[in-house]
Amino acid sequence: MTINGWIQIALFCAIVLALVRPLGLYMTHVFTGERTFLSPVLGPVERGLYRVAGIRPDHEQDWQSYAVAMLLFHALGFLVLYGLLRLQTVLPFNPAGQGEVAPDLAFNTAASFVTNTNWQNYGGESTLSYLSQMLALTHQNFLSAATGIALAVALIRGFSRASAKTVGSFWIDVTRCTLYVLLPLCVPYALFLVWQGIPQTLQPYIDATTLEGAKQTIAVGPVASQVAIKMLGTNGGGFFNANAAHPFENPTALSNLVQMVSIFALGAALTNVFGRMVRDEKQGWAILAAMAVLFLAGTAVTYWAEASGSSVLHAFGLTGGNLEGKEVRFGIVGSALFAVVTTAASCGAVNAMHDAFTALGGLIPLINMQLGEIIVGGVGAGLYGMLVFVIVAIFVAGLMVGRTPEYLGKKIDAREVKMAMLAILCLPLMMLGGTAVATVVAAGLAGPANAGPHGFSEILYAFTSAAANNGSAFAGLSGNTLFYNTMLAAGMLVGRFFVIVPALAIAGSLAAKKTVPASAGTFPTDGGLFIGLLVGVILIVGGLTFFPSLALGPIVEHLAGAAGQTFATGG
Amino acid sequence: MITLIRPALVLIVALTAITGLAYPLAVTGLAQTLLPRQAEGSLIERGGRVVGSRLIGQPFAEARYFHGRPSATTAPDPADVTKTIPVPYNAANSGGANLGPTSAALSERIKGDLETLRSDNPGSAIPVDLVTTSGSGLDPDISPEAAEFQVPRVARARGLPEPRVRALVAANTADRLLGVVGEKRVNVLELNLALDALPPG
Repeated sequence: MTINGWIQIALFCAIVLALVRPLGLYMTHVFTGERTFLSPVLGPVERGLYRVAGIRPDHEQDWQSYAVAMLLFHALGFLVLYGLLRLQTVLPFNPAGQGEVAPDLAFNTAASFVTNTNWQNYGGESTLSYLSQMLALTHQNFLSAATGIALAVALIRGFSRASAKTVGSFWIDVTRCTLYVLLPLCVPYALFLVWQGIPQTLQPYIDATTLEGAKQTIAVGPVASQVAIKMLGTNGGGFFNANAAHPFENPTALSNLVQMVSIFALGAALTNVFGRMVRDEKQGWAILAAMAVLFLAGTAVTYWAEASGSSVLHAFGLTGGNLEGKEVRFGIVGSALFAVVTTAASCGAVNAMHDAFTALGGLIPLINMQLGEIIVGGVGAGLYGMLVFVIVAIFVAGLMVGRTPEYLGKKIDAREVKMAMLAILCLPLMMLGGTAVATVVAAGLAGPANAGPHGFSEILYAFTSAAANNGSAFAGLSGNTLFYNTMLAAGMLVGRFFVIVPALAIAGSLAAKKTVPASAGTFPTDGGLFIGLLVGVILIVGGLTFFPSLALGPIVEHLAGAAGQTFATGG
Repeated sequence: MITLIRPALVLIVALTAITGLAYPLAVTGLAQTLLPRQAEGSLIERGGRVVGSRLIGQPFAEARYFHGRPSATTAPDPADVTKTIPVPYNAANSGGANLGPTSAALSERIKGDLETLRSDNPGSAIPVDLVTTSGSGLDPDISPEAAEFQVPRVARARGLPEPRVRALVAANTADRLLGVVGEKRVNVLELNLALDALPPG
């Protein structure tokens, strides 16, 4: 670890923090239906859409209608995406002549993008046409992100309203999020990325003759427009197979810094939206502080582990950290920080191969996802995941002092705690259950590329990433098989909807409650004690659930490595 | 339910058209107008022919060129398309080696690479980036140490004095952004082009 490395980390944190309030203010305006500086341009488009769609701008939905609208919207998006992928051979914009996308791969990819996971069993430049990349993937990048934000906002309304029957309109939230938040940020961002060197073209792949006379086919395409939303929308699905490690997806140190900031920007700002909408910004900062504690601890471990290097490298006397699977322009710190950021949020873009990280360096991304990516989180997903933990933490605090727990003037009753636990329990079910199945059936065991505990980690990482809707991978795993395409798609769908629907149910029941005024016995939820309690609950729940699986994978691998052991495949 | 189908259908179609067609095509138009060189892939031409992209590494094996990092990219085996064969720096199929920290295969590969490199420059410590594959398999850069390590071999192969080659490396070394962000690095293709452009003698 170097001083410069820590300065880079501090710089990143400072930029994210500086964006929280301005973005939070703007998004609050958007979601409370107020005019913004873009309204003169986008207002007519918005009103036109509502007219054609038969949406009344003043009409709101109860939580059940909100949930049904959301599910229907996802189902249609899924069908569009699946259809476009399956038909790419007969559709235009396919200069590289990409072949048919197999049914199981199309199913997996559709589930992956609709759920904002963006797991890549597809190879990008070797599988998809330009039209598939734009129309199928880019559009779902927007819509799945907009849905995530809409849901977070609906849950916030649950906390901020009293005696209300409705939690907002799903249609309006999705439309306004897409038009007023995502698109206006993406256009200049995409142009910035082009300036840094990311291609944006519809020309076919380029044939170059290298200095030594060899042929090199260079894949290009409309990359920048997709990378911009993949980061801002914390989707993470790459245009290229190597994702943000590819020089055309992340060409410079500056693009790397800005991409990391853009992963966190909207998620961090949503904590401020939360604070503003419940009329106490300090509540938002308290949640962000709990996120920051977990984030900085994870960053320190991964940076330290990667800078220390691996036992294999040490055996040959190689120093300078673990550069296997990393790019020179990002170095150790730029890669370690990116790995923690992308798994703290549910982004899943990678600028280095997590599979090649040291055992402990790769442990942190796993833990981040297993906790449900509540640190900043996917746009929206992090906030509602964190608020679910807040409810459990408040419940625990209430048990300790023997009072009915309350949060922001709302009494937390059995129903909310049950829904919160349902959301929390569905993740380990899919992560650990899926891993368990894959480690006993032949089709699952055929997947890992590495032997020994690392092979187990590859499987665990895949199911964790799928259920957490992250999408990053220990990419050695051969995931493009019928077994993994189907199992992982199931993990993604359950991991998304079995969290979202309970979260909406909580929103509905909270919105209907009366607000009780704070009294001397009210537990303050904007101070250090609450932040500590929240972090503690997260670590205890996460630790109790996942420690055994981590012990079988990264932890035993670390110990074996320290003892100088290596593992050969097929032996 | 019926009241939900109309908005769902209209919004899916309209927002798909806006975000999936209008947005990428508008960005393409703007990028092609404002930043055509980058938008087309930062290509480098020499003598009217495209020799590569300054952002994409390419394979170098000859002693007179600086070499990039090992690359783990593959391509379908022409003899059997269900299998893949190693094709370093295949810019149509990016990817890493994905070998974990306790992989025996990784250990074997590094051992072999170290032996080859030692004969290039006996006695010098070997920089770690020369024996580790990059994440993309297309890393265009090496560290300044990795360039320095290769200076004696390149100078010998070209019959140039070492200080001359070293000066060229220094001229092609990029610093961190504002001295802080990223890492110092040398673009291998640009350095090799600069070498080729040196007047003979």
